[in-house]
Amino acid sequence: MIPEKIIRIGSGAGYSGDRIEPAVDLIKEGNLDYIIFECLAERTIALAQLQKMQDPELGYDPLLEERMKACLTHCVSKKVKLISNMGAANPLAAAKKTATIAQELGLTNLKIAAVFGDDVMPMLDFSTQTFLESGEPLSVLGNKIISANAYMGVEGILIALEEGADIILTGRVADPSLFLAPLIHEFDWSMNDYPLLGKGTVLGHLMECAGQVCGGYFADGVKKQVQNLGNLGYPIAEIKNDGSFHITKLKDSGGMVTPATCKEQLLYEVHDPSAYLTPDVVADFSNITLKEIEKDKVEVYGASGKTLTGKLKVSVGYHDGYMAEAQISYGGSYALERGQLAIEIVKERLEARNLVVEDILFDLIGINSLFKEYNSDINPQEVRLRVAAKTKTKEAAVKLVNEVETLYTNGPAAGGGISKLVTEVIAIQSILIDKKKVVPQVEYFES
Amino acid sequence: MKLKEIAHSRTGDKGDMVNISVIAFDEKDYPIIQKKVTAEKVKLFLGETIQGEIIRYEVATLGAINFVMHKALRGGVTRSLRLDKHGKTLSSILLEMPINTND
Repeated sequence: MIPEKIIRIGSGAGYSGDRIEPAVDLIKEGNLDYIIFECLAERTIALAQLQKMQDPELGYDPLLEERMKACLTHCVSKKVKLISNMGAANPLAAAKKTATIAQELGLTNLKIAAVFGDDVMPMLDFSTQTFLESGEPLSVLGNKIISANAYMGVEGILIALEEGADIILTGRVADPSLFLAPLIHEFDWSMNDYPLLGKGTVLGHLMECAGQVCGGYFADGVKKQVQNLGNLGYPIAEIKNDGSFHITKLKDSGGMVTPATCKEQLLYEVHDPSAYLTPDVVADFSNITLKEIEKDKVEVYGASGKTLTGKLKVSVGYHDGYMAEAQISYGGSYALERGQLAIEIVKERLEARNLVVEDILFDLIGINSLFKEYNSDINPQEVRLRVAAKTKTKEAAVKLVNEVETLYTNGPAAGGGISKLVTEVIAIQSILIDKKKVVPQVEYFES
Repeated sequence: MKLKEIAHSRTGDKGDMVNISVIAFDEKDYPIIQKKVTAEKVKLFLGETIQGEIIRYEVATLGAINFVMHKALRGGVTRSLRLDKHGKTLSSILLEMPINTND
């Protein structure tokens, strides 16, 4: 009898800036077949696109080089394939750069794939397409639009795997698809077998935030204790060809994998649990049960999937004006009263100057930033006024933070620790596009 | 009793929406959560922070409720004025919700 095929996948990053050491540990000691790095948040590609406009050789993940230098040698010696969306707005440049790094590390004959085709800017129809969020047509934003990237499914990665790529760098691909693709490839699953695709998608969803399923983002300091969080390990999924799988981690790493950590991650960023929409399948989370089969090993049962929407979500990035943020602290006697007085003064002055904002928020923050000896008799011992406003122009934003700054000599007594910040806002809205219109493209580089 | 005594929670974000899970530590407490933690009570407890409607999904096999909250982030993660643009801290606030087990 042929022994049952088992695949082990590690998750090496849950976001662009994630820790690198746990990923290296996984590659070295995890007995892995694949390591996946999920590094794209909603807005990342729009920011990366702006970078690419400045320099056509950039627009990929800022930690790509550091990650590759830390991981590639171990990937080769342990025969671990690497899949990541670190290509961001420029998978071709990312793959080229990775080939150069591999050569510098003395790693030859590596096949590095760039998977792209997610950039659908040329396909936008400004008059007929409308944003899911605002309901307005794209034409409202006109030339403010920076980028439009479709969430692609497994298809491009599958092509690269079939062509024998060792490293695959994509643009926008749905997070769980990064994990599902190697499963379809290894187990030869049918693209119409929705229950199996659903299982692989649930695996991907549990893994995509790396440390978050291993007790990261879980400890509450009192009731939910996590051991050795400082050395938090990243997760491993072990899966068989029938789609049954468990989540685990390296024995000597910190953190924990329990039904509770898995449940929090399972429902993270989920809306209707019976219909989790991805480009590959509508996954069903609603009958999942979890069982701790041994310490730090949780088996996942009942994951499934049912159909396909035929649509892809497209994130459209656009220039959305400016954000102004200014803060000042009041401490000791009547701290709260002075904070409140400051708010009234700022409101009055903004109105008097006719300083137009799209939205404005006044917060009062604080515990012990002013005096380290905490005195619970003074309640509150400090407040930090935060004024945040949305403006159309940079000039208006600058005027606003400067107006808050004038509280020094023109406001309540003893305000201190002013800070001012003006940032450009790059925002995201979404549209839907027919899946058939988005054709994945793959190019290869050799080291 | 407060919700934190029987449940844990995590917030996720998408655009201007958040989802907040409420998960029983012990699945035997799930019926209490199922009965007491209604969308109306959650909306009342979180007050003006959540501007839109709250939709509630039960996931009995996990002993969990998932709340999907519209207009929760003052325009969405990428353009929100909130200090916590993702609404990640909302889950811990929700755990402070009082649960009256007598009525």
